[in-house]
Amino acid sequence: MSAVGANTLLSVRDLRVGFNTEGGLLQAVDGVSFDLAAGEVLAIVGESGAGKSVTAQTILGLTRSPNARIEGTVRLGETDLLGAGDEAMRSIRGDRVAMVFQDPMTSFNPVYRIGRQIGEAIRAHRRDVSKDEARERAVELLDAVGIPDGERRVDAYPHEFSGGMRQRAMIAMALALDPEVLIADEPTTALDVTVQAQILQLIERLNRERGLATILITHDLGVVAETADRVLVMYAGRVVEEGTLEEIFYDPQHPYTWGLLGSLTRLDRERPKRLPQIGGVPPSLLDLPAGCSFRPRCPHAFDRCAELPGLDARLPDAPGHRDRCWLDPETKRERRPS
Amino acid sequence: MTAEPLLEITDLVKHFPVKRGLLFDREVDQVRAVDGVSFEVRKGETLGLVGESGSGKSTLCRAVLQLTKPTSGSVRFEGREIAGLSRREMRPLRREMQMIFQDPYASLNPRKRIGQIVGEPLRLQGVARGSKLREQVRELLDRVGLSPEHYDRFPHEFSGGQRQRIGIARALALRPKLIFADEPVSALDVSIRAQVVNLLDDLQAEFGLTYVFVAHDIGVVRHVSDRIAVMHDGKIVEEGPADRVCEQPRDAYTKTLLAAVPIPDPREARARRQTV
Repeated sequence: MSAVGANTLLSVRDLRVGFNTEGGLLQAVDGVSFDLAAGEVLAIVGESGAGKSVTAQTILGLTRSPNARIEGTVRLGETDLLGAGDEAMRSIRGDRVAMVFQDPMTSFNPVYRIGRQIGEAIRAHRRDVSKDEARERAVELLDAVGIPDGERRVDAYPHEFSGGMRQRAMIAMALALDPEVLIADEPTTALDVTVQAQILQLIERLNRERGLATILITHDLGVVAETADRVLVMYAGRVVEEGTLEEIFYDPQHPYTWGLLGSLTRLDRERPKRLPQIGGVPPSLLDLPAGCSFRPRCPHAFDRCAELPGLDARLPDAPGHRDRCWLDPETKRERRPS
Repeated sequence: MTAEPLLEITDLVKHFPVKRGLLFDREVDQVRAVDGVSFEVRKGETLGLVGESGSGKSTLCRAVLQLTKPTSGSVRFEGREIAGLSRREMRPLRREMQMIFQDPYASLNPRKRIGQIVGEPLRLQGVARGSKLREQVRELLDRVGLSPEHYDRFPHEFSGGQRQRIGIARALALRPKLIFADEPVSALDVSIRAQVVNLLDDLQAEFGLTYVFVAHDIGVVRHVSDRIAVMHDGKIVEEGPADRVCEQPRDAYTKTLLAAVPIPDPREARARRQTV
């Protein structure tokens, strides 16, 4: 995690994204760094306002605007994505980095057939592909994401698809140009659980078969446990903990992560009389507390928390497991709910 | 929890006609949204109603509360038949049955102040007015964990969790016996969800409330419910004590539903994937 690994595909360093608003500068993302390798699934977990979607959109160049302040570096292979011009970004989006959004109902244009929309995505990048070839490719893609009878479905309109089918078609479109990185922003949040399970399996299969590097943005730790290799936990614009899937679930270091894990309603455990809860509400990004942003809600806060803890490896045997909490690891293990 | 039933539903049916034709609508088919549903809700318990989108759970709630006219069947509240009552006949009963909605952004009038929103049921039912109304609303706000100073604020000034608290205060205002909560926490952030679930729990103990808790998330439903009814294609396919339904499901659909819920434990999730 420290040095850029040999098979690192996407590297984000000290990414900061702020927006000038009427209420002042809103620092949506404040110093996010991570590396993503081919074939890896990185989950970014957090609540609304944590900065996870802004991070993803900035990678794709979608947050650029006169009132946005973007700092840091984002490199895809040799390409500097933050420095790339709009024209260059347009060819990178879809072609090398593709995105799937939460709401499959609004991501398609309702007046065009599914196949035409997928075909257009291809032809926008590959001018030499004919309409017929693009249509044929769309059929193959629908087939690859598990939509039966692609030959016929390619001519369907979005409203003729169910939510799950539309999300599959969205993924088919994202895959159309064989991207290196797929960013899925809450891809299953709008779906029923039985459909969610199918979509997660699909993402996992594509990741395995195509070596697709995947960033999965979600608020649902259940989804994370089923799919991710590594996890970033974000709170109020900052990464508060990062580690492997096992480290985050079995040796969580940050009290916010404890809170997230504790407040889950789990079917595999006896139900507690009372659901453990995190008190209070997330802070306003325009009015962050000094020091650790989680401090006002943290039952373990002490005087040192008035100073912002760095995102550091605090466990001698786990250099990739880093967190922003001043408590020493010994105390954490004592206080952490099992 | 073998109290007497507060609500008894027998063979409730709600079909929507599917019409075709330009000048003369012909009924060509029916959507059987609720297709012969029977269950009862006992005093002081929480009945969880689980189902996926299109299962008919929301239509069922609306038909029980007479917000849509049932096609046939019986709905008895405290032993009295309410299916087919007119709006005027229903009005006094509305004090006894309230609803909490899913989307705290859509269910509060953005132009009204919090005090007006929470006090509206009290005003409409002629329970309180003037300074007495103000007093009661302040108490309600305090009870759901909001500050009485929020009285003059507007909904947009609040977060999703706080808005849901406002919705709960409004539902509580008339001291109802029965509350239908339709996906009350699914639009909320994870850290806020537990707060609202616990608040509903506390209020139930304090006011002796009976809940029908409608949700697609069987994990949350199991946590809050004494009994669970699973809905699929307009029918209840399984009903029983919450732990029994989740641990030893009998119906094939209930099993599918349970198997699809992600397990927030990487080792167990992996083990399950290998067995499936």
